[in-house]
Amino acid sequence: MVAYIIRRAFAAVVLLLIVSAVTFGIFFLVPRLAGETTQQLASQYVGRDPSPQAVQSIIHNLGFDKPVYQQYWEFIHGIVAGRTFNDGPTPTHCAVPCFGYSFKSHLPVWPDLTQRIPVTLSLALGAAVIWLVSGVAIGVLSALKRGSIFDRLSMGVALAGVSLPIFFTGLLSMDLFSFQWPIFSNLHYVNFTDNPLMWAKNLVLPWVTLAFLYSALYARLTRAGMLETMSEDYIRTARAKGLPERKVVTRHGLRSALTPIITIFGMDFGLLLGGAVLTETVFSLPGVGQYAVQAITDNDLPKVMAVTTLAAFFIVVANLLVDLLYAVVDPRVRLS
Amino acid sequence: MTAPLEVSGSAAEAQPEAVLSGMESKTIEGRSLGRIAWIRFKRDKVAVAGGIVVVLLVLLAVLSKPIEWVFGLDPNALHQNLIDPVLLRPKGALGGISWAHPLGIEPQFGRDLLSRIIEGSWVSLAVAFGATVLSNIIGMVLGVVAGFYGGWVDTLISRLMDIFLAFPLLLFAIAISASLQGGAFGLHGLPLHISVLIFVIGFFNWPYMGRIIRGQTLSLREREFVDAARSLGARGPFILFKELLPNLVAPIIVYSTLLIPTNILFEAGLSFLGVGIEPPQASWGGMLNQAVDLYQADPMFMVIPGMAIFITVLAFNLLGDGLRDALDPRNN
Repeated sequence: MVAYIIRRAFAAVVLLLIVSAVTFGIFFLVPRLAGETTQQLASQYVGRDPSPQAVQSIIHNLGFDKPVYQQYWEFIHGIVAGRTFNDGPTPTHCAVPCFGYSFKSHLPVWPDLTQRIPVTLSLALGAAVIWLVSGVAIGVLSALKRGSIFDRLSMGVALAGVSLPIFFTGLLSMDLFSFQWPIFSNLHYVNFTDNPLMWAKNLVLPWVTLAFLYSALYARLTRAGMLETMSEDYIRTARAKGLPERKVVTRHGLRSALTPIITIFGMDFGLLLGGAVLTETVFSLPGVGQYAVQAITDNDLPKVMAVTTLAAFFIVVANLLVDLLYAVVDPRVRLS
Repeated sequence: MTAPLEVSGSAAEAQPEAVLSGMESKTIEGRSLGRIAWIRFKRDKVAVAGGIVVVLLVLLAVLSKPIEWVFGLDPNALHQNLIDPVLLRPKGALGGISWAHPLGIEPQFGRDLLSRIIEGSWVSLAVAFGATVLSNIIGMVLGVVAGFYGGWVDTLISRLMDIFLAFPLLLFAIAISASLQGGAFGLHGLPLHISVLIFVIGFFNWPYMGRIIRGQTLSLREREFVDAARSLGARGPFILFKELLPNLVAPIIVYSTLLIPTNILFEAGLSFLGVGIEPPQASWGGMLNQAVDLYQADPMFMVIPGMAIFITVLAFNLLGDGLRDALDPRNN
């Protein structure tokens, strides 16, 4: 088991390095595809009418005068060892883990970014609890009562749910429950540590809206998986040996129907932690996703690079955890 | 002349569906897989309805310019005289619905919503179709190659898919389309935005299709009919194109139909974030982007484009679900 964990973790680190290198390459390459020169790229970081010297020093500070692999190496080196940037008269030290330094806000990126993580985590965790419980429950019930009114109704709603964009349901729910009937008025993010009650109250709408989309998806997936599992031979065997139906469903049916759901959940949750971009934009939540959009709109490359790396990190770690969980549940995985 | 009667009688028994649906076929008809799938699909009324809506939407998108010309619709004409100058919202009930403007007008500028919805339909479908074709081509070629040749080729392509799936897709799409807004590949304006969106959405979505095709190819490769072809002396390309590809058509059709709605939502999301289609060109996501600031003054302005997206995506999902049920041989 330990050997398996080490092997998987090593693979995850390699994957992360490749993803960050490709990301770096793309952000290095794409502005040049759009026909921007290094001078133009650098001059946006200084005020109006920049002097050639100022542009030159920005080019040097951003490292644009070095080859791309060396820039990437300095980026990775900074994460593990810290870096020093020459911004203004005194050099600024960017502490470990240094994900870069924004020459626009004149601050290291990492402390700024980590402030956003609790917001996105709050949003994702609350929504995940709702959608896992409701989605799986509805899916299982629909599969067991296939063809019933409950099944048809819930699958109809689920199909509508996966067809509705979150930026529409989000606006709709805000219009209805924050404006027309002001149950959740004056929505803004409150820290959990400051006021847990307000934290929850102001997150109810985003949670439910986000969870609705995923519940619909998970109900459909669970129902399909459950229908397939319940027609397997070993379910018939379990019934034949006289197990009560409740045990057949929970012990034998649900258990194997849920394994693919866990994989998908790991990916979805990891993806959300890297920024629930649309939900955060609709509900003006100051999370990682909003930070990313802001950084991209401002064209602040170090910030964009940091947030993309962070998002990739969450995806890779979530997948790693799912793989390890599989190995615990199913011994065939780690032996193959 | 008893023999033909016997034959047609037993053939009808062998085709219970024909008996059930009351088809009195005098001649013996062989039923291809496609024919069986079509009969199954026809029975699924909801899927047929979805299919009809899809056809109508495609027609609307393709004929959007002639329709606008015939009815004299101008998606960018301002009707400021119909806007309440103080509240900035359309005069009249329900967002200013009238004979001249059946879906109402937008607040602030007073542009006609019906013509903006029609205009948005072709943008939305063009991007979704283009991106689906792009990710299908990449996913199909790499998926078939990985599944068919196996070994280190398979390992390489599978790892490549893992890498692609580890990318934060939406962030990438936002960043790339934002930095290419100004102009790239010698293109500018609307053609540029559409091709950038097709590229961004299609290029990063291919591993999903690739995985499905790879899995299908892997299992098909071991089937008896491939062995039979091989023992008759067939070589790689023949097996690939004549034996495997025809069997891959069904999953490709199904997953393309289900990828289109995902891509429609993706395009709308990017335009909603302001990095997709740029105004003044009408797009459904772009209209919802404007609605963020205006929905309190005029909720209908948010509902109309939202419903347009919803109906389109729902129709494609219904059609895709129906096709999957009809083409899946495990369903009876």
